[in-house]
Amino acid sequence: MSKQILSPLPGTFYRRPSPDKPAFKEVGDPVAVGDVIGLIEVMKSFNEVQADQAGTIIGFPVDDEEPVMAGQPLVDLG
Amino acid sequence: MAIRKLLIANRGEIAVRIIRAARELGIRTVQVYSMADADSLAVKLADEAVPIGPPAAAKSYLKIDTILEAARLTGADAVHPGYGFLAENADFADAVEAAGMIWVGPKGDAIRVMGDKVAARIAAERAGVPVVPGSDGRVDDPEQARAIALAIGFPVMIKAAAGGGGRGIRIAHDMEEFDRLMLQASAEARAAFGDGGLYLEKVIERARHIEVQILGDGTRAVHCFERECSLQRRRQKVWEEAPSAALPQSLREKLCASAVSLAESVGYRGAGTLEYLYDDQSGQFFFIEMNTRIQVEHPVTEMVTGLDLVREMIRVAGGEPLRMRQDEIVLRGHAIEVRINAEDPARNFQPGPGTVAALSVPGGAGVRFDTMLYQGYTVPPFYDSLLGKLIVWDEDRSAAIARMARALDELSVEGLPTTKPLHELLARDPEVAAAAFHTRWLEPWLERNAHRLGTEETTE
Repeated sequence: MSKQILSPLPGTFYRRPSPDKPAFKEVGDPVAVGDVIGLIEVMKSFNEVQADQAGTIIGFPVDDEEPVMAGQPLVDLG
Repeated sequence: MAIRKLLIANRGEIAVRIIRAARELGIRTVQVYSMADADSLAVKLADEAVPIGPPAAAKSYLKIDTILEAARLTGADAVHPGYGFLAENADFADAVEAAGMIWVGPKGDAIRVMGDKVAARIAAERAGVPVVPGSDGRVDDPEQARAIALAIGFPVMIKAAAGGGGRGIRIAHDMEEFDRLMLQASAEARAAFGDGGLYLEKVIERARHIEVQILGDGTRAVHCFERECSLQRRRQKVWEEAPSAALPQSLREKLCASAVSLAESVGYRGAGTLEYLYDDQSGQFFFIEMNTRIQVEHPVTEMVTGLDLVREMIRVAGGEPLRMRQDEIVLRGHAIEVRINAEDPARNFQPGPGTVAALSVPGGAGVRFDTMLYQGYTVPPFYDSLLGKLIVWDEDRSAAIARMARALDELSVEGLPTTKPLHELLARDPEVAAAAFHTRWLEPWLERNAHRLGTEETTE
């Protein structure tokens, strides 16, 4: 069964720490519990999203800079 | 040319405020909205509503072409920008006029002059308005720098001419420190920006934030007295008053006259605010910048003057001259506004969007609540956290504070955190009662009172 990392908050999902920096994680990267996989912007405040499970990233169901709901999957883990 | 149909290029409580003013003037309204705002109160209240894109402001409320297209499609003949978003974008102002519509605000060129800090400072000095004493541009010669530092008095702020965002700022308290920091600052500026040029500015310690509301019709300007907004957290105003409790009447007249003279010198049209630092020890005030738009805290001025500022700015945009003489604008009583934000004071003001499960709005004499909330509304996470502004008026300041405490008691927003607990404490604070504050007063107060700000949440 596939594992997913869910957005803890509603807001805008960012895969990069800032527009001129590389993404926190790419497809194929290993993820450990506690790794930062992205940011959620909520009302102009930025919150880190940390992995709550480990695995290898097989996909990002949400694109960079797209709106997300709380509980929406951000990362598919294999 | 009177306005017949007004497009509101904004959202939230200010969009609601503008729709109300337009409706009272018999003007039809067009509300543009992002996909996140389809259920907003402004969309419900406006005569027409036009979707302009996805939630991100950069793809909706900041899209000049899309907004102009919405105006063309609906036959709007004017655009009101509110505050934030495109309100101080001179190119947008020009584009609205180039499309044959009325811009409810100052001319693009006035926005350009007053929006540039150096140009605004020069315009202020030319109009005889005191600015923060400094070097009037860059200083390259160390001897000249020492002479200027002596003339303006310590502490002196040393800033890189090519810098920005607080980089390269140093504060010297005496000449010895000044000599040392000048060398460091110059070397750092050369390394960071390829330009070792510096400029100097006096440090105004313990300043109060005082701002003057003005209205202009392009030729003549009047002032509507001042507001004090010294209670700030991270440079964001949280509690605003009119008038300032700290300003003697003779200084009030000088301050307000200076604002009128600066506004008239740039041919200002519409509502605007000149911001000053006020040192209540020395009784000196210094112009810092002008906001060329309606401001969040405009209602306190409306409460103490009886004017409707949004209505007046729409009227002058439509080509009417100002309707009132200066001596017809009379200051009466005291007004206070607090910002009700979707933030949790018990959790370091963490924003918390959500759905309004229940809403009780305060009422009674002298109470006004400007909001975009209604029961069942889901506050989207994509924009700022302002939910509403609770404003009270009473005959004097202490009565107004008591009325604010009473009104806060009646306010209830269920389903999401708000800053109400902060304001309840402030309304009962002895230093607030004594108006003994300055712009750096609130942050240490928040640290000292952290344990009193909401006790129901103990875990994250």
